[in-house]
This record gives sequence, structure tokens and C-alpha cells, in this order.
Amino acid sequence: MDISLQNIEYRYQADTPFERLALSDVSLDIPSGSYIAIIGHTGSGKSTVLQHLNALLKPTKGTVLIGSREIRAGRKEKNLKAVREKVGIVFQFPEHQLFEETVEKDICFGPMNFGVSETEAKRRASVAIEQVGLTKDILEKSPFDLSGGQMRRVAIAGVLAMEPQVIVLDEPTAGLDPRGRKEIMDLFYQLHQDKNLSTVLVTHSMEDAAAYADEIIIMHQGSVFEKGTPSEIFSAPQALIDMGLDVPEVVRFQLKLEQAFGRKMGKVCLTAEELTDVVASFLKGGNPS
Amino acid sequence: MMEKVLFGRYVPADSLLHRMDPRSKLIIIFLYVCIVFLANNPWTYLILAAYTILMAGLSKIAPRFLIAGLKPVLWLVLFTLLLHLFFTKGGEPVVQLGSFAIYEEGIRQGIFISLRFLLLIVVTSLLTLTTTPIEITDGLESLLGPLKKVNFPVHELALMMSISLRFIPTLMQETDKIMKAQMARGVEYTSGPIKDRLKAIVPLLIPLFISSFKRAEELAIAMEARGYRGGVGRTKYRQLNWTFADTGMILLLAAVTLLLIVFRG
Amino acid sequence: MAKQLVALENVTYQYDDQTSPALKKISLEVFEGEWLAIVGHNGSGKSTLAKILNGLQFPQEGNVSVCGHSLSEETVWDIRKQIGMVFQNPDNQFVGTTVQDDVAFGLENAGVPQEAMKTRVKDALHKVKMDSFLDQEPHHLSGGQKQRVAIAGILALRPSIIILDEATSMLDPRGREEVIGTVKELKQQDRITVISITHDLEEAAKADRIIVMNQGQIHRQGSPEEIFQMDEELIGLGLDIPFPVKLGKMLRETGIPLTKQFLSEEELVAELWTSHYKI
Repeated sequence: MDISLQNIEYRYQADTPFERLALSDVSLDIPSGSYIAIIGHTGSGKSTVLQHLNALLKPTKGTVLIGSREIRAGRKEKNLKAVREKVGIVFQFPEHQLFEETVEKDICFGPMNFGVSETEAKRRASVAIEQVGLTKDILEKSPFDLSGGQMRRVAIAGVLAMEPQVIVLDEPTAGLDPRGRKEIMDLFYQLHQDKNLSTVLVTHSMEDAAAYADEIIIMHQGSVFEKGTPSEIFSAPQALIDMGLDVPEVVRFQLKLEQAFGRKMGKVCLTAEELTDVVASFLKGGNPS
Repeated sequence: MMEKVLFGRYVPADSLLHRMDPRSKLIIIFLYVCIVFLANNPWTYLILAAYTILMAGLSKIAPRFLIAGLKPVLWLVLFTLLLHLFFTKGGEPVVQLGSFAIYEEGIRQGIFISLRFLLLIVVTSLLTLTTTPIEITDGLESLLGPLKKVNFPVHELALMMSISLRFIPTLMQETDKIMKAQMARGVEYTSGPIKDRLKAIVPLLIPLFISSFKRAEELAIAMEARGYRGGVGRTKYRQLNWTFADTGMILLLAAVTLLLIVFRG
Repeated sequence: MAKQLVALENVTYQYDDQTSPALKKISLEVFEGEWLAIVGHNGSGKSTLAKILNGLQFPQEGNVSVCGHSLSEETVWDIRKQIGMVFQNPDNQFVGTTVQDDVAFGLENAGVPQEAMKTRVKDALHKVKMDSFLDQEPHHLSGGQKQRVAIAGILALRPSIIILDEATSMLDPRGREEVIGTVKELKQQDRITVISITHDLEEAAKADRIIVMNQGQIHRQGSPEEIFQMDEELIGLGLDIPFPVKLGKMLRETGIPLTKQFLSEEELVAELWTSHYKI
């Protein structure tokens, strides 16, 4: 299922003294099966974009296409549930949305809201709990007796059990330690690979964006600043740095090295391994460029 | 959803009303609420309306915001008006439809009471529009100060109020966030049968309670770590400043009161 | 030898609702003017340690002494005057309705006269570069700005030690940089002692000394260079190693000799440039 934003504008608290323009003329496409990263600073508009992806917000101008459904500014929309079933969102700190007595009930909550039978929801819960790396015995526990990391996984399982066609992740690793961060990122990448699940990652982390995404969309002050593959985006790192945006540490390091050496190294490296190879052959005289 | 309501929100500006001591504003509001009941004929209502319009002008708040702020309460005013039109009897019947009639007195009362209602709302919103909640709290703490002598917990009450005020926006953001998260999981808050919508409150309230308890706990720890151990021996950072303008405004209201007494029927 | 400010001896702490202690016989020292990082994965006991340091929790066993006071019910308020704490969640420690009110909160508690408060609030906010936000309300501030206000609230009280209890873990990269940059400056200018409790190894790399916690015990302590030599072991403990260290190691493995371990990108670049690059 494709999602497409066409010339979106969004104003918070329109027609009040507190009106604020959050997005202006944003267009972007999320083709089926892709892994897209949306990055930018806090306040760049990336969270507002996210909420348009399953019609939690309706644009004040422009059109959003979610599969065959068209959501247009200024029109009353009914039955948005059908849209939300297909686009699951894992919000930042998703453990804050847990509320049921047991983990199983909480995971079943989403699917059952969308009309899935109880038996089917339970089946999905037992699949989802293992997908997030927990064991089935946790299903009977209260979510509030779990550790923070486990609660996060249960909340994620609750979204996976909806069996969405697109999954949207808002800073899914915020507050986790390095191990937890890597495990969660790998988990979603695995799902993306195995099930061809369209994935949208909204993040501050250029590292994660460079490591996992096919395409990166950089938001800046409510507009799309740039989009392209990671190597396209990071081929001109200085422009990003001048905008006050981060670049992955590998890219930043290569840039510093090139500035010190006064010459380019040929290709843009996105992993430490690549950079090591390039630097090694560069220093050993065999200049790759 | 809540963001459209203007009542109770502060709009910063540099005006006489903004600069006044919150204590004088509180005293004026209190007196105003009392003297509104003095008005009982067109002249007295005209005086009150003139005073209210003057205050609104002094606040430098754009009239369209004031009017927009009134919108949510208009149906209440309308309801009051209709109630009086249909049920207050007295004087000559103006409209007669079988057993149903609208009387002169009904029209009179209806207009007066709704007007009274509107004036009260305008004046109280002027207070909140021109005074930050924390100023109101400081003002109240100072005005209630004498009650400390009878062991009334004035400091604790004021601190509680200021912390609640501080956390209202945070909780609103939190509510919005949890609501959206549950909407993404298929909950409908704005459409569907009433029964379902009532049920939908549970997945909103439980997380909200849990996070509020957690916040309260963490906040208490943070306050303790910063040396908070009750009101005893504490100094105050915010000082209230009563000026000539404050005395002047109270005198103005006293004059209005006199006029009302003179002109009431 | 720098003056010892904090000493823990055989400290054990167990939460009521848990079966094993969060801290097991911990002994450590903190010296005046140093930046000590206490690292460990979530649940390693590092945050409990922070709460013990300023008497928010009392250990069941062992001794805690801070600036010459041995921790007890009687001394706890004196100790809190010496230690300022910045907590994890920027929202849940912001007490005041505006920036200046929040900074003043601690001063009000300490009974500082109003005139003196005004200058101390302004000075403290100036130090964290938030002096143009005096009347801003917390919900209009970014996480990094709120944490800087929290730091100002502590500075205004002029403590000897500042503890950052995972103070950057909920921030975006920019906020993290703001906070760490601020702390670094303070340490240099005011010689304030810093204890940062974190799982961010980039943050820990800035410290003078690192203590690695695991399962309620001190796993290892040493300088950042020493600690980052642990390499795979750190990853096994649920942590990570800073990027320059990782890259340095990989370069060495491909046969490029490096004189030492580099903690900052600049140093590594300089090394590669001066000793290996031949035109």
C-alpha cells in the first residue's frame, strides 16, 4: 500500500491567537515495501508529518493518499478506522499507552477494535510477543509489573498484532540503553525484510537512518529540505552541517579526514567497515580515487 | 479540541490591565460579581456595560479574540434567554399562541439575565486573559495571608495551585498523545455510538493516571532534592507591587457602584 | 592529591519489592573537581547509587559521607545543599511556572532574601545561556533547554557537586550536546565536581574517570582510555564504545599502527594526518 502526501500544509490552532504553521507545501511518497527515514530536529515538522500518515491529523491544505483512500483538506472524513488498521504507529515512549490488566489483553486491544475475533486476536498476540523477543509466559502478567524495556516491547507487540501494511516508528529507541536500542532497530529491520513491511522511521538519529533506510527525507522548518538515498544525502555532508543538521559519525569523520588531508577519498562511506577499508587503502598509497 | 477555548488563557500584552497588581484585580472581580446584581433597569445595565467595555479596551486584547472566546458559552446564554421567554410571566402578553404566551416581563428578564451573564463572563475572562495564573495564585496567597493565623494552609494551597497550573499544559499534551496512540489502535473518540465512546475513556484515563502518579512521585523527589521542606523559613521570589493605578481602579469601581445605586429602580 | 568529597563504604541497598539488592557492597570515592561517569545498562543499579548520594534513599548497610557529613536523618539537608541533582525527565523536575520561578525555587527553600535571589537567578541563567528566557513557560521549551534551566536551579544554590542522573537520555542529539557542553564549561570555569550517571558512552568519554556498574556491583573503574580497552566486554555489558575508539581499533586490525587509543575524532584525524599520510 502506498502513501502519498501532496502539497500538505498544516496549521496548529488555526484561527486563534496561538496559530502556528507547522508544515508548508510538503510532498512525499512512501511506496509499498520501502524503508523510509524522516529526520530533522525537534520542531522541524517530522512528528506532524507522522500524524498525517494515518489521518490522526488532517491537512489544512493539500491531499493525503493512503492506499486508495483520499483525505483532502477541508472535507469531513468518516470511518478513518479503515485507514488506521492498515497503518500502525509506534509512538515515542509507546509504553505510556498500556492500560489493560494483562499483557495479552493489551496486545489484543488494537486488533479487536478493528473487528478481529477474540480467538484470532489471541493467536496474533502469541505471535507478536515472540516477534518482539519476549516469551509467551509474559502474556498473563500485568504490563505494569514489567521492566521499562519489556513494557516498550509489549506496546510494540500491540501494534504488530494489528497486522498493519505500513508501520510508522516515532523514535522507537528513545531512552533505551545501547543494547536495547540495537535490538529494537534490528527487530523492525527483520520485520521489514521478512514481511516486506513498509516502514517509516521518524528519528533524530542520522546513524539509524543511514544504516537502515532506503530513502531519507530531511525535514527542516516545516518543509522537505532534501530527499534521496543515504549515499546521495550524505555525499554533500557540509551542506547539512551548515544547516545545523547532524550527519552520521562515519560521514563526519570522513569529512574531517578529507579536510585535514586536503583531498577527497572518492566514495562516501556509511559504515565504519567501509571507512576503514577506504582509509587503509588510502594511507597505504593505493589511492582509490 | 480544547485548544479553541479562550476562556482561562493568558494573552501577553503591555496594557494597564496587564500591569495591575493581581490583588487589586481579584478584589475588583469580587466586587464586580456583587454589584452586577445591583443592576435592574436599562440605565444601570448601560452603566455596567460601559464599564465592562472600558475595561476590555484597557486590556488591549483584540475584540475578535474576546468574541471568539465567548462563543463556547453562547448556547448557555441563549438557553437562559429562552428559559425566561417561555416561563417568566408578568406584564402584558406580547405573543399569544393558544395556551402558550411570551410576556413583557419574560423578554425583560430574559435580556437582563443573559446580559448579566455575558458581562460576568467578559470580566472574568479579562482577568485570566491579562493575568498569568501564577500571578493570580500569588495574589490569592497574599489576600488569604491573614488566614495563616488560624492554621489555614495558605502556602500549601498556593503551591498546589501553582504546580497544578504548571502541569496543565503538560497533561494536555500527554492526553493528546495518549488519545492519538489509542486512536491509532482503533479507538474512536469523535464518532460512533455514545456507549463506545464512553468505553473509550478507559484506555485514555488509566495511562493518564499512571503517568500522573509517576510524575507526582518524580516531582516530589526533585523538590526534596532541591531542599523543599515546607513553607517554614521560605522566602518569596515574586513580590507584588501595589501602585497608584491599582488604588485608582478600585476607586473607579466604587464610583460605578455609586452610580448603580443612584440609578437603580 | 585532590580532596575527597564523597566516600561510599560497603553500601548495600535493596528495594522492598525486589528479591535481590540493587546495590551490593559498593565502595567508591569522588574527588574535588573531577568528572566521574558512572555507566551501566538500564537496571545495573546506577540510578539507585545517585539517589543514595544525596539521601533520597538510605542504604541498609554501609556508610555514605559527603563533604565531611556522614549521611543520616540529621545531616541529610546539609548534604543536599552540597549536591545538586539533574534528573532524567526534564518535565518532572520543573517546578516553577516560568524559567525564573523554577531557578528561584531552590533559593526560596533555602530562605535567600529576595534581592539576592534576583541576582543569583540571573547569574545562574546566564551561565547556562538561558538568560533571555526568563519568563518562558516550560511547555514552550525544548528538553535540552529545560535541563539547562534545571542546571541553573542547582548552580544558583552554589553546591560543590552536581549529579546528572541520566539527564541526557530523553533528549535529542542537539539537547544532549547543549547539556554536556554546558556541564563541560561549568567544570572548567567553576571547578564544580560532576558525577554523570549515563549509558551514553560519548558522554562518558568526556569524563576524567569512569566506573562501570553491572548487577549492582562495580565491574571496573579507570580512565576512559582504560575502560574503552574493554571493547567487546563493554558491548557484552549492554553498553557500546565511542566511534573514534571503534574506528581506531578497526584501523589497527587492518595493519595501520596507532600510537594510542583516541577518544575524540580530532585526535584520531590528527594522528592519521601527521604520522601516516605521505603525499
